[in-house]
Amino acid sequence: MATITVQRPKLAWHEKWFISPFIKGMKLTLAHAIKNLFLLIGRKEKTTMEYPEQKWDSHLPDYYRGAPALVTDEHGRERCVSCQLCEFICPPKAIKIIPGEIPSDDPWAKVEKRPKEFDIDMIRCIYCGMCEEVCPEQAIFLRKDYAITGTSRAEMLHDKKRLYEIGGKRVGLVNKWNELK
Amino acid sequence: MDALFASIDLFFLAISAVKIVLLVFAVILPMVAYSVYAERRFSAIIQDRVGPNRTGIPLTLFGFKKDIQILGIGGLLQPMADGLKFILKEDFTPGHVNKFYYWLAPCLTMVPALLTCAVMPFGSELDLNWFGIAQPIKSVIADLNVGPLYMFAISSLGVYGIVLAGWSSNSKYPFLGGVRSSSQMISYEISLGLSIIPVLMIFGELNLSKMSAYQDANGWLLVPLWGDSAPWSNGWHFGRWLLWIPVCISFVIFTISMFAETNRTPFDLAECETELVAGYHTEYSSMKFALFFLGEYAAMIIGSGLAVTLFLGGWSIPFAPLLSKLTGLQFHFVPGATPLYTGLLHIATFFAKVFGCILFFIWVRWTLPRFRFDQLMALGWKVFFELALVNVILTAGILIWCPLK
Ligand code: SF4
Ligand code: SF4
Repeated sequence: MATITVQRPKLAWHEKWFISPFIKGMKLTLAHAIKNLFLLIGRKEKTTMEYPEQKWDSHLPDYYRGAPALVTDEHGRERCVSCQLCEFICPPKAIKIIPGEIPSDDPWAKVEKRPKEFDIDMIRCIYCGMCEEVCPEQAIFLRKDYAITGTSRAEMLHDKKRLYEIGGKRVGLVNKWNELK
Repeated sequence: MDALFASIDLFFLAISAVKIVLLVFAVILPMVAYSVYAERRFSAIIQDRVGPNRTGIPLTLFGFKKDIQILGIGGLLQPMADGLKFILKEDFTPGHVNKFYYWLAPCLTMVPALLTCAVMPFGSELDLNWFGIAQPIKSVIADLNVGPLYMFAISSLGVYGIVLAGWSSNSKYPFLGGVRSSSQMISYEISLGLSIIPVLMIFGELNLSKMSAYQDANGWLLVPLWGDSAPWSNGWHFGRWLLWIPVCISFVIFTISMFAETNRTPFDLAECETELVAGYHTEYSSMKFALFFLGEYAAMIIGSGLAVTLFLGGWSIPFAPLLSKLTGLQFHFVPGATPLYTGLLHIATFFAKVFGCILFFIWVRWTLPRFRFDQLMALGWKVFFELALVNVILTAGILIWCPLK
């Protein structure tokens, strides 16, 4: 077996006895402490942000994965066709869908289905984005909302109405259901 | 019977009681709480963080615009909030522990730490003539003639707290932590005790108050720059300057042993999180855990107090005799004739020094990584023990060859 001889650095006696490394380390930490103390007293830009007062929102990247939400298209049609793919893919099983039929007198009767109920349990959701990725209709998107809080479990359950509220409208993308085509 | 009552000095008792209550409850305990806060803030700024900065005096509740902040440093009430939290937490006693010792252990860590502050001279004298008290009052609870010995005797009882906690918890992490801690504390007590022998030889004295007074007049042990210690004012006698070498060695050994004694990083092997969860207090919760925590900090304060008294002049103001000459005010200590402002200033100086020491403790903690256990033991037994012994002989040699006046 080939042996590899590791070259250990040769230490001077003061390094072996932690004297010079100790002084070096103390200098380093003190420099940080003094720098940050002045930042703290001077109320200048700090390394960290004070969360509720200062928010990171303007820095959020486009691919940020916040709360999942349903969107409508440019005609106000619900995009979701309740295929339930997202329900099946969702790793923590946060989504619960009850599919419903669209009555024949509806202008969008040819879409045939839309969700009767669509619940996302935000206590379970892990913001993985699988639902967005799997959706064939581009109906569910992860928005930039991240401060999802509630005082009860029921409040943390986003129902269909709430999901459309968060999601809003998205235009373009899927046009296959449009009348003029 | 009457003779017995007559022999009791009621005034002395009352003053002692006042001193005990004030020192322990108004100074040491708040200081412990605030050193925890200082540790959190200091570690935060070392690591480019902010630290606890929210818990303030809630003036906004009473209609004020802002909470009080000193220099923009908020969170000054954090220790109260922590204390409240500790009190409100469930005090859980696991079923598998040895109840009696489990209860006893936290007390045994906290109590010795507080007992040792009895002999700590935290100031010179307070001249309370204005309040109709003729005798100046000594700023020390018990002016024992065996101060350092009492201190070592009592503070080494602290190891029982840790051993009992580790043993009575009846689970493996606390047990290992307790074993480590006891071997570490017992080993380092030797070098701790030996390291101050040169100091005691130089003072020729075991009374901490007198040591402080001596340093006040003749220069601190580590700063021999005035009074009898400075060559220019004692007829070019370099004895104290020669003794500076063993004193420095003593100081280094004493400080490092102090770190080991109080289980602080880099020697906190008794409670290292990465290996032992929390060491000997793994099974403790609520106020019992808080007692361990506070005991550690109290021991740190007392240790700093001892280091300050022995090496850094105790309550003495640096260059006090020179300052007095320059300003016309009296900054140095004259037995029985120290004005009230000087007495108060001495107390402030003492606590300022102790606070500086605590900041140093914290600074070291957030700089150094933890040592390995064998390194720790080797350092204690193979280096410090021998070095301390040689140091005693060195001091003796210097004292014989170049005796102090
Ligand atoms: S983001 Fe992930 S966890 Fe959340 S609902 Fe979508 S698939 Fe489920
Ligand atoms: S959101 Fe998309 S994947 Fe989920 S049920 Fe509706 S159409 Fe299907």
